[in-house]
Amino acid sequence: MKRTEILVWSAAALGVALLAWLPQWLQSDYVLSLLISTLMYGVLATAWALFSGPTRYVSLATVAFFGVGAYTTAVLSEVLPWAGVLAVALVLGVLMALVVGLATLRLSGVYFVIFSFGLAELTKQLVTWYEVNVTKEIGRYVFVDITQQHIYWQLLALLALVLGLRAAIGRTRLGLALRVIGEDETVAVHVGINTTVVKVLLFTLSSAFITLAGAIMAPRWTYIDPSIAFAPVISFQTLIMALLGGAGALFGPLLGAVPLVLLFEYLSASFPNHFSILLGLVFMVIVYLVPNGLVGLLRRKGGRP
Amino acid sequence: MSVPLLQLNGVTRRFGGLVAVNQLSLDVLPGEVVGLLGPNGSGKTTAMNLISGALPLNGGTVRLGGQVISGLKSHQIARLGVARTFQLVRVLSGMTCLDNVAAGLAFRPQGLHGQAARERAVVLLDRVGLADRAELPAGDLTYIDQKRLELARALALAPRLLLLDEWLAGLNPTELQQGIALIRSLSHDGLTLLLVEHVMDAVHALCTRCVVMNAGIKIADGPTREVLSDPHVIQAYLGEDDAQPSGVEVAHA
Repeated sequence: MKRTEILVWSAAALGVALLAWLPQWLQSDYVLSLLISTLMYGVLATAWALFSGPTRYVSLATVAFFGVGAYTTAVLSEVLPWAGVLAVALVLGVLMALVVGLATLRLSGVYFVIFSFGLAELTKQLVTWYEVNVTKEIGRYVFVDITQQHIYWQLLALLALVLGLRAAIGRTRLGLALRVIGEDETVAVHVGINTTVVKVLLFTLSSAFITLAGAIMAPRWTYIDPSIAFAPVISFQTLIMALLGGAGALFGPLLGAVPLVLLFEYLSASFPNHFSILLGLVFMVIVYLVPNGLVGLLRRKGGRP
Repeated sequence: MSVPLLQLNGVTRRFGGLVAVNQLSLDVLPGEVVGLLGPNGSGKTTAMNLISGALPLNGGTVRLGGQVISGLKSHQIARLGVARTFQLVRVLSGMTCLDNVAAGLAFRPQGLHGQAARERAVVLLDRVGLADRAELPAGDLTYIDQKRLELARALALAPRLLLLDEWLAGLNPTELQQGIALIRSLSHDGLTLLLVEHVMDAVHALCTRCVVMNAGIKIADGPTREVLSDPHVIQAYLGEDDAQPSGVEVAHA
């Protein structure tokens, strides 16, 4: 047991090291940009599943945090050193998640879904209002001294961190508490779990990672406005990737992110005018054909006795 | 003179215009097995929910070992030593039986996790007769075994007071005898129990005392034999069924 664990962690470390070397060998900016998209959605989907996987609370607030992170970079990147920008993004994400978590996690089921979607729209509208009325300019330019490779490495580190954290939580009482909450909240409180604390804590952790991902990604665009940074499609794509892979399993969201990033890239390049329609079709096909995720499919094929 | 472990004082709960539990007062002494009886809709399960914190009170107080617990959250009450099972059985169906019990072990004071929890969970599963199902998902168990698992999870909390809500309902005669023996063994170990029960054989066999409710009001409280022959009780609850106790069982089988 102990030895296999060491083996698994070493393999994971080796995998990360190899991935970190990858850009050095790549000559193509296009492939690098594809890798960055994959890593970004890998982080988003894994962070989303950190909270939503075990608790089964479906959140559409992903882009609210992602956008706040991106705007933090846009506003502060010329005033603060890069580490400072990331620190501010982290603090903002945590504060926002705590407020939202305490206010909304009493809701469950479809009410939580709607609220989280509303939150993303509200944040977008607030930022738009501020830009229109205060700065009088709707867009912002992000000029920072950060290369595509830097973005790649930072996202890779973030992905390793969120995967490691999720694996670690899975073994603790906190992980058990999350699974019990996902199964039956009434039972959870009656075995002594403070469900509010557990849910707010995990929602905050998950949101912190999403906010950081937004902050790291902003330099890639050079120009952002609210409709880019707060695009609802980011929330939906994150959700569908996590569902395709299987939100309950550690590597499930990543397993969903890789093929879908490639597929969406292909679709948007080949059918730019019909992308939204095709995206909708893909969502429907996934929900219809793989309701338990790829991980669930693999397990069934593997044959549980 | 021993202090009551559980003390309800004027406990009241309304649902709109309906008073489900009306000024209910009762004491349960340490080590007692008390039956909470009454016809359907008389407020028994509501009373259980008020004790475990699943519902807030509209009036009165609940004390555990002298400490007021009404107003506390369910998870706080559970940690103070009140465990329960549910009228409609609630197992964590996607998790193994072992993990179901581990959930009961992990969050109590001095909770167990990891290897220690595993060992203790196996002991508890063995006690309710599920030792060979440890690795099975709880959802795959039969209804009866799910009830056993729920009891093991409640016992995992190492409670001072155990609330059983119709735990013996729906068992066949053999299972009923096993169930009665199991609950009696818990009582021998010093556990205090309050049980809502319709199965009269079990009430006679287990309960030293009974409290009878009707329409939210307590109408009788005393030694089981006396209470069950009280004309008010017979009129309110048992009716014709009293003449043929097996009829009650069949109705709930």
